[in-house]
Amino acid sequence: MALLEIRDLKKSYVSPEGAPTVVVDVPSFQLAASHQVALSGESGSGKTTFLNLIAGILAPDSGSIRIDGVEVSSLPEAARDRLRATKIGYIFQTFNLLQGYTCLENVLLGMSFGPGPNRGFAEALLRRVGLGDRLRHYPRQLSTGQQQRVAVARALANRPKVVLADEPTGNLDHRAAGDALKLIREACEENGAALLLVSHDRDVLAAFEHHQDLAKLNRAAAAGKEGCP
Amino acid sequence: MTLPLMVRKSLRQHLLSTWITAFSIALAGGLLMAVWVVKDQSQTAFAGVNAGFDAVLGARGSKLQLVLNTVFHLEESPGNIPFSDYEQIRSNAAVRVAIPIALGDNYLGYRVVGTVTNLFHDVELSGGRRFALEAGRSFDPNLREAVVGGFVARRLGLKPGDKFQPYHGLIFNPNDQHAETYVVVGVLEPSNTPADRVIWIPLQGVQLMTGHDPKSASDISGVLIKFKDTSPLTARQLDLFYNKQGNRLTFAWPIAQIVAQLFNKIAWVDKVLALVAYLVALVATGSILVSIYNSMKERRRDIAILRALGARRRTIFAAVVLEAAAIAVLGMILAFVIHLGIMTGVASVVRAETGVVLDPWAPHLVMLWAPAGMVALAALAGVVPAWKAYRIPVAENLAPVS
Repeated sequence: MALLEIRDLKKSYVSPEGAPTVVVDVPSFQLAASHQVALSGESGSGKTTFLNLIAGILAPDSGSIRIDGVEVSSLPEAARDRLRATKIGYIFQTFNLLQGYTCLENVLLGMSFGPGPNRGFAEALLRRVGLGDRLRHYPRQLSTGQQQRVAVARALANRPKVVLADEPTGNLDHRAAGDALKLIREACEENGAALLLVSHDRDVLAAFEHHQDLAKLNRAAAAGKEGCP
Repeated sequence: MTLPLMVRKSLRQHLLSTWITAFSIALAGGLLMAVWVVKDQSQTAFAGVNAGFDAVLGARGSKLQLVLNTVFHLEESPGNIPFSDYEQIRSNAAVRVAIPIALGDNYLGYRVVGTVTNLFHDVELSGGRRFALEAGRSFDPNLREAVVGGFVARRLGLKPGDKFQPYHGLIFNPNDQHAETYVVVGVLEPSNTPADRVIWIPLQGVQLMTGHDPKSASDISGVLIKFKDTSPLTARQLDLFYNKQGNRLTFAWPIAQIVAQLFNKIAWVDKVLALVAYLVALVATGSILVSIYNSMKERRRDIAILRALGARRRTIFAAVVLEAAAIAVLGMILAFVIHLGIMTGVASVVRAETGVVLDPWAPHLVMLWAPAGMVALAALAGVVPAWKAYRIPVAENLAPVS
């Protein structure tokens, strides 16, 4: 059974003119446990909305999203929050670190919404991503590459079943992007987490054995109806 | 760990507004507590100050004026009475101590009061204490000698051996100085009574001071009376005799009840002060609401990130309410410092003006309900921004705000 299974997933927004605009229309998608898949997605292909639907940040208009046997789309919001905190790790293009929190606190806070803070594991993760000597540094005291590494550690902190990565290398230079991608893939592998990564960077996509074109997967994007926020 | 960490971080991130808002809470809380404590303490302290006496006999007039004038050494004198009235009441079998006093002069604004030396030996103050000399001795009734109250001695730097010339009247007028020179022979230990603000001289000193009316040279301003027992029977009889049957004298008894009348008359001041304090508290609470509410725009992304990490809406709501309460807690800790400052100032003024001692450190019930009330109000005020935070959409706010 697939770890992540999507069927007939639809999401639309109401445009400023008042007309509903479909931004995600994915008939079928699957991701097996511990597998790593890259989706190529240009701007406007609905990739962030797609990942937000999987993460339970957005509720779909219709369709089914099953993660580890749990039907996400029918869960109430609080249960989706809980699922996100326990089974999903999310790496954002802009890292989304909390600026007022140290590296360690960023990781610990992510844990506290899930199984609970585990300082030893948080420190081990930060050491694993090469930030063992930056535990008490604030994000503003780190380079962009280092910030992304904190985001990776935070995404893996709750031992998620699946890690969603939205353009994780988009804000990094070529060399840092290569390092970050290697780290994300290795860290997910070491922690037994499946990885669903979205990128428009050809080099990033080429590193994956399995990759799909989100523009083809998402009928809304294919039909040129994109306009997602 | 999560909520306290979130609250602590948010307070730190908005440090300036946190302290400004906490300070406004501190002012409100300090004022609120000080108003209540001053009101209750002064009422209790004034009612408790009888300077060791049960009643006062004086000229016909207001009992309150008589008590204020003779016991608290405030207010104008309602007039004089013949010395024979003193002799008459002194001989009453129920009277243990009767002390005549004569007023009419001052030295640099502090009252110069004529009396007899029994005041220093026979009068029992609260707690069984008596007047005690800190330095020197009691005055000789036949000489121009003075015993100075502890507060006056400190304020004017008077000590045994110092000389002074009293001024005429109860209000200091530098152009109205008497010719007589008095020598300080003793300084009283502070008694925490209005007597601390008085310069005591022999009764005849005031009576025979140059410039005073020779026709009333034997008159006195009043008689301070202490009964042998606490039974009100004799006092009631004297009350009837002087106040109902006679029309020449006033018998002011019981002193505490008469002082309470003063507070009844100025009760509206308490109400106004309390109203001001409540309004300040409301404004301070409003400032918490406005401060957190206005910061919501810049917090939107952080809240969205927290939600994306799995924080529930109710966690965000609780964090904002707790933050408002935490600001109030900080403010109320500061409020105790402000309260102490206000109380120290007020106590110093009250002591200087009346001799009545207030204790800035004394505990009071308001120190429990005011902080609890302010924290509860602040938490209530936090509900409005918390509701705004609760409703922040996650997906729309995850991108950085440029």
